[in-house]
Amino acid sequence: MNDSIAIKVDAVSKQYNDHTVALQEVDLEVRRGELFGLIGPDGAGKTTLIRILCSLILADSGRASVEDWDVVKDYRKIRSNIGYMPGRFSLYQDLSVEENLRFFATTFGTTIRANYDLIKDIYVQIEPFKKRKAGKLSGGMKQKLALSCALIHKPKVLLLDEPTTGVDAVSRKEFWEMLKQLRDKGITILVSTPYMDEASMCERVALIQEGRIMDVASPEEIIRKFDKELLAIRTNKMYQLIGDLRQMEQTHSAFPFGDFVHLATREKIDETSLRQYLRDKGHTSIQMKPIEPNIEDCFMDLMI
Amino acid sequence: MEKSISVNQLTKRFGKFTAVDAISFEVDKGEIFGFLGANGAGKTTAIRMLTGLSKPTAGKAMVAGFDIQRQREKVKRKIGYMSQKFSLYEDLTVRENIVLYGGIYGLPNKVIREKSGLMLENLELKEVSKTLVKSLPLGWKQKLAFSVAIMHDPAIVFLDEPTGGVDPITRRQFWEMIYEAADTGVTVFVTTHYMDEAEYCDRVSIMVDGRIAAMDTPYQLKKDFQAKSMNDVFLQLVRPEKSTAL
Amino acid sequence: MKRMRAFIQKEFYHIFRDRRSLLILLGMPVVLVTLFGFAITNEIQNADLVVLDPSKDEMSTEITRRLVASGYFDLYKEAQNIKEVEKSFIFSKTKLAIIYPDQQAKDFQKEGYAQIQLLADATEPNTATTLINYASSIIKDYQMEVNGLQGRPPLIQPEIRMLYNPQLKSVFMFVPGVMTVILMLVSAMMTSIAITREKELGTMEILLVSPLSPAIIVVGKVIPYIALAFFNTLVILLLGTYVFGMPIEGSLVLLLAECVLFVLTSLALGILISTRTNSQQVAMMISLIALMLPTVLLSGFIFPIESMPWPLQWLSNIIPAKWFIIIIKNIMLKGTGVDFVWKETLILVGMTFFFIAASVRNFKIRLE
Repeated sequence: MNDSIAIKVDAVSKQYNDHTVALQEVDLEVRRGELFGLIGPDGAGKTTLIRILCSLILADSGRASVEDWDVVKDYRKIRSNIGYMPGRFSLYQDLSVEENLRFFATTFGTTIRANYDLIKDIYVQIEPFKKRKAGKLSGGMKQKLALSCALIHKPKVLLLDEPTTGVDAVSRKEFWEMLKQLRDKGITILVSTPYMDEASMCERVALIQEGRIMDVASPEEIIRKFDKELLAIRTNKMYQLIGDLRQMEQTHSAFPFGDFVHLATREKIDETSLRQYLRDKGHTSIQMKPIEPNIEDCFMDLMI
Repeated sequence: MEKSISVNQLTKRFGKFTAVDAISFEVDKGEIFGFLGANGAGKTTAIRMLTGLSKPTAGKAMVAGFDIQRQREKVKRKIGYMSQKFSLYEDLTVRENIVLYGGIYGLPNKVIREKSGLMLENLELKEVSKTLVKSLPLGWKQKLAFSVAIMHDPAIVFLDEPTGGVDPITRRQFWEMIYEAADTGVTVFVTTHYMDEAEYCDRVSIMVDGRIAAMDTPYQLKKDFQAKSMNDVFLQLVRPEKSTAL
Repeated sequence: MKRMRAFIQKEFYHIFRDRRSLLILLGMPVVLVTLFGFAITNEIQNADLVVLDPSKDEMSTEITRRLVASGYFDLYKEAQNIKEVEKSFIFSKTKLAIIYPDQQAKDFQKEGYAQIQLLADATEPNTATTLINYASSIIKDYQMEVNGLQGRPPLIQPEIRMLYNPQLKSVFMFVPGVMTVILMLVSAMMTSIAITREKELGTMEILLVSPLSPAIIVVGKVIPYIALAFFNTLVILLLGTYVFGMPIEGSLVLLLAECVLFVLTSLALGILISTRTNSQQVAMMISLIALMLPTVLLSGFIFPIESMPWPLQWLSNIIPAKWFIIIIKNIMLKGTGVDFVWKETLILVGMTFFFIAASVRNFKIRLE
C-alpha cells in the first residue's frame, strides 16, 4: 500500500432500496494531509460516499479504505480513528456546549484537556457560550461546536459532510479558515459541499454528479482543462439575451451567471460581429469581455 | 415606474430586542429584488411582516398596493410564496398538487384545468403528472413549486432560498424561469443567504443587525466595494475588519 | 466504565431537561392510581335494593331494616316472586337483591339454619363486590348480635351469587394493573422513543461512528429508565398501601424483584421496537398499539381472561403483563412465595431473554 494515500475508494457502487442509484463505480484517492473537496449538487452521492467511508453504510460492490483500514472489515478501527461530522447538526440540543464536548471526549476515551491544543483555536470562539444549550446556538457556532466534537479524539482523518450548508457567508469563510489550519496540523480532510465556489479552498477536488465522479484534479488544473472560449456578456435585456445567444450557430452553451451571461464557444468568436448581432436584436448598453472560466463553468461543461 | 412594494420605517421589536430597525425600501414592478442577510439579521421577521404573518411595531408598508396592516387579506391574495423545502406536498402527485393550490387560491375549476395543462406542457412534466412529487428530482420539484406559486397570477412572488443545493445547470434553468416571470411583470422578491443566488437579482439589499446596510445592483455593489463577487461584498459589510476574499 | 457513566449521565440530562415528559412520567402513576383508587373505593350510597321476603319474620325484617338504615341501600321494591326480582334487575337500576327463604324452607331446615341469597348486578363488578361486602357485613353483624346473646353457632350463612360476571375480580385488581401498565409504559415506550430519538436527530450516526459498542449504547440508554421505573413502582406501592389499604401479604423483596424482572422484560421489548423503527412517532405508535393495548385489555387487568373467547385466551399467554399480574397478585394478596410463582417468573425470564436476543440480532451497527 502506498503510504501517502489516506483514503482509497475503488470501484464503489451503491444503490438504495427504492432503486435510486447513489454511486456508480466511484474511484477516488485522497492523499495524506490533503484538504480534499467533494463537490456536487444535492443528490449527487456525496453523503453516500462519506457514509461508506465512515463505515455507516455498506457499498453494494467495490472496496474502500481509510488509512489502510477496510471500511467493512476494520470498521471498529475506522470508528475510533476518524472524525465525522454529518450533514445535519447532530449534537444533543438539550445539552450545553461544554456537556456535549465532554460527552464526546469521554466516548472516545479521552478528555477535553488532553486534546485541548487541537481544538483550542476553534473552541475559544464558542467558549464564552459554554453553558448555553447547543440547540440555542447560531448556525455558525453550531458548526464550530460540531467540529470541535469531531476533533476531540485527535483523528487522523476528518470526514465532513456539507459542513457549510445553511450557514451564512461569514461563518462559511471562518469555517474554511479553520479547516486550513487543521490541514496544516497534518490532518487529512475530506469535505463535501454543493458550493462550487468553495472548490478554490481545496488542494484537490472531485466533481461529482449523479453518482459519478466527472473529474479529480486541483482547481487550477480543472480550469486549465476547460477547452472552450468564454465571454461574459451583459446588456439591457438579460432574459432576451440568453435566448438570442443560444440561437447562434457557434454557441456551445449560454448560461446566466449572476448579472452576466457566460457564452461558451468552441472557436474564438469575433466580438465586433457579436456586438452587431446583438444590436440587431435590439440590445443596448452591451458589455462584453473574455473571461477565465471558474469551477462552475467547468462543472457545467462536464455535465453537458 | 410602478412600485410593487414600498416600505417606510418598518420596525419590529420583540421586547427590548429590535429585530427590524426602521427599514425603508421600494421595489419596482417586474423587478427581481434580492433580500439578503446573515442568519438572524432580521430577514425572516421582515418577510413575515410583508406577507402579513406578523404585525409591525411601527412603520408602514404597502405590498401590491395594499396596506399590510389594514388590508392583510387582500395582500395575501396578491402574493405567491415558494420555499425550497416546504412548498409542495410530497405525497400528492404532480397534478394533485397543482389542483390543490389552484383550489386554495379559489381559481375556478375551468381555469385550474387550463392552467395545469399548460403548466405540465411548459415544464415537460406531462409524462409524470400522475407521479408522486417525492419521486421527482429536486430540480423538477423546484420548477413545479415555482409554477404553482405563480399560478394565481400574483403581483409579487416571494422566494425563500429557491435554488440552494441544485446542480448548476438546473439552477440556471430555474433562474431563466424567474426571469421569464419577471418579464411578464411579476415582481420577484428573493430572500437568501446564499450570496451566489444574489448575483442573479436585478437589485439587492443586504441586512445587517436589523438595518439595511447596502442596497444597489449587484454590479454596482461589486464595483463600490471593489469585490469580485457578492460574497466578498457581504463579507466586507458583515465583517469589515477582516475583508479578505474567500 | 467511564464511557458508560458518561453515557448514563447524558441520558439523565435528557430526562431531567425535558420537564414536560418528566412530569408525565412521574405524575402519571400518582394520577392513575388515585383515579382508579377513588373510582373504586368511593363509598357507594343509596344503591337500589330489591327485597323478596315471603315470610316477613323477625329476622328478615330486621336485616332489611338494618340494610336500609346503613345508608348504602334504598329500598326500591318489595318483590313478590323471583320473576319480579329479575325484572327489576333488567328494567331498573337495581344493584342488589336480597332473597330470604320462605317459611316452608325454613321449616324444612330445622335447627333454624337459614339461607339468605344475595344477588348483585355484576355488570359493574367493582360496585357489585363492594355492595356484597357491605350487605354481608351487615348481616354478619346481626348474626353476631343474635349469636352473642344465645351463644349458638352461626345461624345465617349468606350465599352469594354473582350474576353476569361469575369470575368477579378482586377489588384490589387495580393496583397490580396500574403498576403493570405504568412499568410497561415507562420501560418499553420511553426507551423505544429515547433510542429512536437519537436516530431521528442524527446523533445515532455520531454514536455509531465512535468507539462506543452497541452494548454500551443500549445499556446506557436503558439504565436511567430502570431507575425511573423502579421509583414509580415504589410510588405506586406506597400509594396503594397507605392510601387505599392495599395489602402486601407476601415478601416485599420478592415483590420488588419481580417488578425489576418485569421492567427488564419491558425494556427488552422497547429495545426490540427501537431496532425496527427509525422515528419516534412510529416507535410510539407501535408501543401504544402493540404493547399498551394488549397490556390493558388482554392481561386480565380490566377484562377477566377466563371469560374471553379461546383465541384471545391463547393470545393472552404471550403477553408478559398477564404473567406479571398473576405474580404480583399472588404475592400481594395471597402472600404466596417463590414456590407458587416460579413458573410465571420463569416465563417472564424466558421472554426477556428472547427479546434481548432478538434485539441484539436486529441492532444495526450501520445506518441501514
